[in-house]
Amino acid sequence: MSTLDSHDSERRDFLYIGTGAFAAVGTAMAVWPFIHQMNPDASVKALASVELDLAPIEEGQSITISWRGNPVFVRHRTAAEIEEANSVPIEDLPDQDARNANLPEGTPATDVNRVIDGKDKFLVMIGVCTHLGCVPVGEAGEFDGWFCPCHGSHYDTSGRIRKGPAPENMPVPQYSYVSDTLIKIG
Amino acid sequence: MSGHSTYEPKNPVAKWFDKQLPILSMSHDFLVFPTPKNLNYLWTFGGILSMCLVIQILTGIVLAMHYTPHVDMAFNSVEHIMRDVNYGWLIRYIHQNGASMFFIAVYIHILRGMYYGSYKSPREILWILGVIILLLMMATAFMGYVLPWGQMSFWGAKVITNLFSAIPFVGDWVVTLLWGGFTVDNPTLNRFFSLHYLMPFMIAGVVALHIWALHIPGSNNPTGVSVKSGQDTVPFHPYITMKDLFAAIVFLILFAFFVFYKPNYLGHSINFEVADALKTPEHIVPEWYFLPFYAILRAIPDKLGGVLAMGGAIVVLFFLPWLDTSRVRSAKFRPIFRQFFWLFVINVFILGVVGANPAEGWWIIVGQFSTAYYFLHFLVIIPLVGMIENPKPLPASISESVLASQPKGEPAAQPAE
Ligand code: HEM
Ligand code: FES
Repeated sequence: MSTLDSHDSERRDFLYIGTGAFAAVGTAMAVWPFIHQMNPDASVKALASVELDLAPIEEGQSITISWRGNPVFVRHRTAAEIEEANSVPIEDLPDQDARNANLPEGTPATDVNRVIDGKDKFLVMIGVCTHLGCVPVGEAGEFDGWFCPCHGSHYDTSGRIRKGPAPENMPVPQYSYVSDTLIKIG
Repeated sequence: MSGHSTYEPKNPVAKWFDKQLPILSMSHDFLVFPTPKNLNYLWTFGGILSMCLVIQILTGIVLAMHYTPHVDMAFNSVEHIMRDVNYGWLIRYIHQNGASMFFIAVYIHILRGMYYGSYKSPREILWILGVIILLLMMATAFMGYVLPWGQMSFWGAKVITNLFSAIPFVGDWVVTLLWGGFTVDNPTLNRFFSLHYLMPFMIAGVVALHIWALHIPGSNNPTGVSVKSGQDTVPFHPYITMKDLFAAIVFLILFAFFVFYKPNYLGHSINFEVADALKTPEHIVPEWYFLPFYAILRAIPDKLGGVLAMGGAIVVLFFLPWLDTSRVRSAKFRPIFRQFFWLFVINVFILGVVGANPAEGWWIIVGQFSTAYYFLHFLVIIPLVGMIENPKPLPASISESVLASQPKGEPAAQPAE
């Protein structure tokens, strides 16, 4: 092969690869709007926050409110429930991450890390089973917390997964106390 | 469809037309298509399935004229179809029960293929296209079931879309993309309606390929022995057309029984309650045709594992042509495989019963055992039996087997008495 020839074929390879890459990027850019249109739109994302007054919730009572279409459990826990949650060694938990949006990722799943400091009577979490999304039933299951009837997941009094197919603790949404008894979720 | 047609229309206008668009000679080839003369009634389900697809599309288009895909109106619009629209109840009951009839037919059709080895060479592509149709049907039926927006619609949609969250790394992103929100909600219902309208037409396209792929090697038959000469075949029309028509009518009688006498027997009463995103019904189950797969999902006590097992239960069908090591197609000549075939069928029924019951106590054990057996059948029993089994001698041809099955000493045909 003469030098000229090999030069030529190198040039051709470059052109092939260049054209191919250009076409691939162009196609991807054309396809993206068709995929991204399926993501949550501006009006869905605008459903940002809800406020809730905790004062009327008696000890031992739970309420469920809707936030972004999902149920949020708010439970005024009894002293026995808090104690039960505190008595579990963290090594016994299938998911040792607190899953608390108000704390950094990887925070250990102790009971205090599942609530807001000093307000540990009130457990606030998204009431969606981390298995396949059913809404668990309260004050049920082998750990006195929640039980998901769909495929049998048991959560404890801190909303942490203890038994069953669900992989994670029920997540704590971002929320804060606006006043002593008023919380704002989202 | 392969090769060039020998047909030539006699009429000069037809001749002129056919030369430019050979639709007449194609239809003619379709009608004279040589078909094995020993086909039994299990071969009529292909025609029945085509009929089911047409029924679903016709009734579906009518339903779409009266249905509203919005979370505040969907449930009421279906009630409006049932109460106000002229014959709305009939059209909807046909569509609703039509989905079940469709699945009855497709499962019989698939088991027919598994029994007579119809997936074996030279029909692997035909089989694979069939499995693709099954997947599209499942997706279509799943999304259709969401549209009436009852409690079972909503929670079925929630659980099934959540399956995708088990995918490592991108799972949550995929689920949000499917929902178009933070949970199953109005955007989800909207897109499911759009896709539920689209997918049956995709099915129709794949069915066309399926039939094209059938017309290259021709139909398999109960002996599994390939067609050797014209002696072995009859023309598609009138022999098969009439037989298919008769079977279709019998099938329609069963269909009509459900539509007119037991229209809600195959459904769930929970779906008469409007969807509530804050409350899961105590016992959620999918429609009967998904139960065996649902049982497999629940048998594995791990999220990703369960999802993989359920998907694998269908994906394994794609590989069936290469898992089967037997040289002989039909189970008629495979004494060992034949027994395992029926065990497989029984096992699928057991999985169905397990899927319908809550995942607790003994059901868990039975479900896990049956799931293991399901995969054992495909991955171990089928390859192994093909290697060790001693098949019975095959007839030399289809004709010979037909003659041999006639009672000895009697003439093949007798005058009516
Ligand atoms: C492969 C074919 C199809 C299957 C298996 C199928 C299946 C289903 C199922 C299971 C339902 C829920 C029935 C109920 O519980 O009420 C449904 C509903 C519906 N389908 Fe289809 N469908 C098919 C084709 C179509 C087509 C082609 C259209 C539209 C052009 C359509 C439009 C609808 C509408 C509007 C509803 C909601 C009304 C209702 O719930 O009765 N379907 N479909
Ligand atoms: S959704 Fe809760 S256990 Fe499956």
